[in-house]
Amino acid sequence: MSTDETGHGGAQTPGSAGNPGGPGQEFLQLITPAGERISHPEFDFWVRDITDEQLCSLFEDMTVIRRIDVEATALQRQGELALWPPLLGQEAAQVGSGRSLRADDFVFSSYRENGVAYCRGVDLTDLLRVWRGNASGGWDPYSINMATPQIIIGAQTLHATGYAMGIQNDGADAVAVTYFGDGATSEGDVNEAMVFAASFQAPVVFFCTNNHWAISEPVRLQSHIQLADRATGFGIPSLRVDGNDVLAVMAATRLALDRARRGGGPTFIEAVTYRMGPHTTADDPTRYRDANELEDWAAKDPISRLAGLLDRKGLLTPELQQQVKDKADSVASEMRRGCTTMPEPQPLDVFKHVYSTPNSWLERQQDHYARYLASFGDPAGAVSEEGAR
Amino acid sequence: MTQLTFARAINAGLRKSLENDSKVVLLGEDIGTLGGVFRVTDGLQKDFGTHRVVDTPLAESAIVGTAVGLAYRGYRPVVEIQFDGFIYPAFDQIVSQVAKLHYRTRGAVKMPITIRVPFGGGIGSPEHHSESPEAYFTHTSGLRVVTVANPQDAYTVIQQAIACDDPVLYFEPKRRYHDKGEVDESVDPASALPMDKARVLTDGSDVTLVAYGPLVKTAVDAASAAADEGISIEVIDLRSLAPVDYDAVVASVRKTGRLVVTHEAGQSGGLGAEVAASITERCFYHLEAAPVRVTGFDIPYPYSKLEMHHLPGLDRILDGVDRALGRPNSLSGLEG
Ligand SMILES: Cc1ncc(C[n+]2csc(CCOP(=O)(O)OP(=O)(O)O)c2C)c(N)n1
Repeated sequence: MSTDETGHGGAQTPGSAGNPGGPGQEFLQLITPAGERISHPEFDFWVRDITDEQLCSLFEDMTVIRRIDVEATALQRQGELALWPPLLGQEAAQVGSGRSLRADDFVFSSYRENGVAYCRGVDLTDLLRVWRGNASGGWDPYSINMATPQIIIGAQTLHATGYAMGIQNDGADAVAVTYFGDGATSEGDVNEAMVFAASFQAPVVFFCTNNHWAISEPVRLQSHIQLADRATGFGIPSLRVDGNDVLAVMAATRLALDRARRGGGPTFIEAVTYRMGPHTTADDPTRYRDANELEDWAAKDPISRLAGLLDRKGLLTPELQQQVKDKADSVASEMRRGCTTMPEPQPLDVFKHVYSTPNSWLERQQDHYARYLASFGDPAGAVSEEGAR
Repeated sequence: MTQLTFARAINAGLRKSLENDSKVVLLGEDIGTLGGVFRVTDGLQKDFGTHRVVDTPLAESAIVGTAVGLAYRGYRPVVEIQFDGFIYPAFDQIVSQVAKLHYRTRGAVKMPITIRVPFGGGIGSPEHHSESPEAYFTHTSGLRVVTVANPQDAYTVIQQAIACDDPVLYFEPKRRYHDKGEVDESVDPASALPMDKARVLTDGSDVTLVAYGPLVKTAVDAASAAADEGISIEVIDLRSLAPVDYDAVVASVRKTGRLVVTHEAGQSGGLGAEVAASITERCFYHLEAAPVRVTGFDIPYPYSKLEMHHLPGLDRILDGVDRALGRPNSLSGLEG
């Protein structure tokens, strides 16, 4: 493999062809479900620098993220959160991509990328603010270079493309990365984002998490071809990777980031994985999905796969396991504490930040509401449906 | 008569329409196998097949835009927009195409499309799940906009909407989906109260209180609380937001001399403004006080911990009634 002086791939950047796995292989894979490292003529290049220590750290990330997810689901069940969108099963896709990014790259995600947010360094209390119902957005996007989660399906892909056009104008080599689901690829916004990205060769990575379901709708309802092939129609090169293989995801993301940084334009990555939990804690997947399917995918679990690799390398020591468990425990308890001690928002907070400067019209509404609340001895009495009179 | 929840009543009405007219087709996200995220279409795909009850890809503009094509072809599409906040990707198709095709073709093309939208707040959801977008559509000529406030109406009006040759936005108050009520399934929608007529729910002589959708129940509760204090409120369930049945409101205000309008949507440019202005024009000499609006604030729908502050509740409505009556209220002593 030729490299230029920056250490990046040379003129023949590997994987520029649409079929990364080569003939007969459905997607790029570097670790088998049994945890065996398989070598790949082109993609090994992109993870050649990953040390044993880094592998252990990826294992820790994925374990911690799963623990965050389980803990948040428990918090929802205990009434501490209004809702939670689990990412169970998607840890490799989120960590493999999230850990490939530079601090000055900027992420535009959906509501399910809590693992990516963790990789960006999100404060765990901030992560829960929205889901507890205490805020409209959990964090300052510029503090971790990640926009707050998008609920409107696919809208963020346009934002990422626009941000990337800005990077381009500025002559910088950062990259905008946008995460969205398989269902999102049907939305007009996502298709329009690809049109713009291709037209302007914007430095944006479209990271599509194909977790096979859009609430109750299987991916085949959204597309009759592989999602990765859709991008090709827009003139955007694409890669299809095993989304449960953290190294494969990393290799593909690094390639795409490198291409964007060097002026090569957008790349579309389809990470093939599976949503092992419900769509959200309000969803009941037994109504639409076969239990066998879940079992098949459990056998391809991303965390046990990496554990298998570590084991083969003699790295999965009791000390490592203990250390990872301790970290997950402490993150979970820190998150729980942050959640349960979050200060309650105050009624008049609803009037804050509607505009960047005050206006008398809204101030009047706020003033009237303050008077209304003050007309009750106990302000809480003013807001029940039944009333306090 | 059977006891049905709101959601089951709509389901029963959809079922009737599917049975009675083979041109009726349902389209939307998750409406088939799952039966909709609120289970409003539960069981319909099983009984009518995947060509009558269609799970669509995730694309609201396409859902409404293809309904336009189906209507051209003689079908009567009933589309579900999963939540109020997701109607905006379809906005262009609704206001530029659905609303105008009858006019544009001088009546040659009918657009008997029903767009079902769960709307309003009060269920503790994240953003985009609790909006009241009705005013965007009442501002667009050519659309009919209706809401329902009890299971019987839910059952009857959905059938009237589907049978109507005009496009109808059918707003479902999602926080009432689980409320139960008597439903007479033998009612003939053709001879029931037409969907564009308002209904007087309680007789009253002191104040006319106009509400629709989710706030109708709150308004009725407010009227009975006021009755305990000797105030007689006439509650009107508007039902149709476009066109508004002004004759019904005028008749009531002529009697009471006072008007309070309440809705969850923000105040500015909302339906309350329209009703207040129209009634002022038509009843100026009958009014004994300026019309009062009790509405959501002019803010984005707030996060769930504070949503009950934004949503007009019983006490806020009664405070508005006090204002209309010149009784002591939270704004007493303030000028203008
Ligand atoms: C514009 C819009 N339409 C509908 C919805 C409701 N909705 C929320 S999540 C979802 C499914 C999304 O599936 P996918 O894009 O595959 O992402 P996943 O949830 O699987 O991560 C739907 C239909 C929405 N949030 N926004």
